[in-house]
Amino acid sequence: MDSDLSPQDKKDLDKFIKFFALKTVQIIVQARLGEKISTCSSSSPTGSDWFNLAIKDIPEVTHEAKKALAGQLPGIGRSMCVEISLKTSEGDSMELETWCLEMNEKCDKDIKVSYTVYNRLSLLLKSLLAITRVTPAYKLSRKQGHDYVILYRIYFGEVQLTGLGEGFQTVRVGIVGTPIGTITLSCAYRTNLALMSSRQFERTGPIMGIIIDHFVERPFTNMAHMHPCSYRAPGEDEGGTYAGIEDSQEVCNTSFSTSPPSQLYSSRLSYQTHALGTVDLCHHTACTAAAHPHQMVVPGKEGGVPQVPAQPTHGTAAEHSRIPSCPTGQSPQPAPPTSCSSEVKTVSPSDALESNFTRKVGAFVNKPTTQVTTTSLDLPFAAFAPRACDLQENDPMVHPPPSPAPSSPLQSSLHSNSSSHSGGQPQDDFVMVDFKPAFSKDDLLPMDLGTFYREFQNPPQLASLSIDVSAQSMAEDLDSLPEKLAIYEKNIDEFDAFVDTLQ
Amino acid sequence: MNCRSEVLEVSVEGRQVDEAMLAVLHTILLQRSTGKFHYKKEGTYSIGTVGTQDVDCDFIDFTFVRVSSDELDRVIRKAVAEFKDALGNSGSDGMGQISLEFYQKKKSRWPFSDECIPWEVWSIKVNVVNLANEQERQICREKVGEKLGEKVINIVEVINRHDYLPKMPTQSEVDNVFDTSLKDVQPYLYKITYQITDSLGTSVSTTMRRLIKDTLAL
Repeated sequence: MDSDLSPQDKKDLDKFIKFFALKTVQIIVQARLGEKISTCSSSSPTGSDWFNLAIKDIPEVTHEAKKALAGQLPGIGRSMCVEISLKTSEGDSMELETWCLEMNEKCDKDIKVSYTVYNRLSLLLKSLLAITRVTPAYKLSRKQGHDYVILYRIYFGEVQLTGLGEGFQTVRVGIVGTPIGTITLSCAYRTNLALMSSRQFERTGPIMGIIIDHFVERPFTNMAHMHPCSYRAPGEDEGGTYAGIEDSQEVCNTSFSTSPPSQLYSSRLSYQTHALGTVDLCHHTACTAAAHPHQMVVPGKEGGVPQVPAQPTHGTAAEHSRIPSCPTGQSPQPAPPTSCSSEVKTVSPSDALESNFTRKVGAFVNKPTTQVTTTSLDLPFAAFAPRACDLQENDPMVHPPPSPAPSSPLQSSLHSNSSSHSGGQPQDDFVMVDFKPAFSKDDLLPMDLGTFYREFQNPPQLASLSIDVSAQSMAEDLDSLPEKLAIYEKNIDEFDAFVDTLQ
Repeated sequence: MNCRSEVLEVSVEGRQVDEAMLAVLHTILLQRSTGKFHYKKEGTYSIGTVGTQDVDCDFIDFTFVRVSSDELDRVIRKAVAEFKDALGNSGSDGMGQISLEFYQKKKSRWPFSDECIPWEVWSIKVNVVNLANEQERQICREKVGEKLGEKVINIVEVINRHDYLPKMPTQSEVDNVFDTSLKDVQPYLYKITYQITDSLGTSVSTTMRRLIKDTLAL
């Protein structure tokens, strides 16, 4: 088979496949960073833009990809996969999707490597750009931050899809035929977003390679001037340039020749090394990030209570209570998959997302009607679990102390009666809460803005607009007309005076 | 040569029309644009670099990718705005169709003018719905976002079939295949047209055509 391919073509093809794989990984990981990506078009070729597409290279991602490939190329039976997963602040994880770059045996001998294959690979990368914004994990990744982060892992070899749960969907991004096989790029994504809280994670190596996390406060709004992929890592010395990526400095100066219809295209590829022009980007490495997944405390955003660092006990405890032991306390309903709550109903991704991240409620204001027994549970910070309604008068969040400091609610809640009665029915999956904004006083007005809005969202029709047809008939209308006219004529002076006031 | 024709249908609320159309048109154009060609001597050419940009929609839960070319974006936005105005002014119940047609020019001898031969036509049928309250609008935001996601997948599937594409032209022929008027990217030659369906379900143009045919048949 390979004997049909000239050595130059074979060399070119291998190069294309290698850089295609690297660029594929870059696109996928960058699409899950949680920011909008923006690169500039350039009419003059710079020589370093493979496939004529401006895709920045994050050095750490390239390093990871090369490590996974270990000098091999994706080929028949050797697939390159990028696994995207979600990890909550409690330590629960869930695989969201797996992108697979595979090759099958179907060869296209007649295809021109240096021209057609190259252009089709370029087209496939553009399609990948479009598809990465469409799978459910994109929305989740845009909202990552304090409650969860999105992680990626690159591996080479057999495709593993078992972690995606039942009913996962597959979308094919595209295929490109080459003389040595057909390259296919596809994505398998999870549809069942219920977190498996009972899982104790025992994997051989760190499953999460690198954490994509900015540790920046994110208001979840459109950020039009996103800096494409600029991060700060706490350990600057761990980022920076990596040794051993000298061949990523190879550039592709592709020039194509045109000739009239005989279609003999020849290309000349020249490789030059030059200083890396890519943005110098630093990332967290696995060890730092995995140990401290969430460090950022934003007082006021979550009721001013710091996040509970991930501990293994939470996994087990959460299994019983289904109440997050982290201080964001009651999860807004329906239970979102990505907050601290550990058991999540299967909801459609968009539903879950909206409920979780549009409401940051004061942690201790809510007095949920359903309670779960916490006394029997070995929960750290059990005091943060929902308390009985009769404690409302003592709750500092409802009646704020004169000078609220972030630590005072914490202290007072620790001192207050922490035993809660198990009233209501224990909800396995989520907790019904009343939405009450922090520091709201409900002694002045019987209802707050949220309740008011909900009640008056669908107001009834005005009585005058709803004509009861059965009561009146046309004939009766006509009969009553003369009387009405008589009255109006009697009051004609009044009407005239009114009209005069308008002028 | 047969022209490939694809039809996509979307139902959107009035304020979502712009963004839905932009999302679909830009997604198609992203995959039908290359960098600028630079022809050198000996008949070789090199290709410029295409940048991309994420665009978040305000009225739809959706993000799409477009080519980083403000000029191209302006042209598309103008066409979509005209379509939306026509849809609003038509007085019909909000149904119309916008078409993105890729074509090649074929030079003809004098006195005939150049022929425009389409090789791919994308038709997007739009149905504008009216919603009663905020709750329905919120649901619509999400549903339309999901639908647009499906459309993007459909578009990618069609494009990756690698069916007919015009051959790469020589320098003298490049304007017959590509739109070289933009300074940073080079899409295939395209035109955007639209038609508004009146309330009888027939389009205005088909009615006119029928009238003319009937007249000529007499």
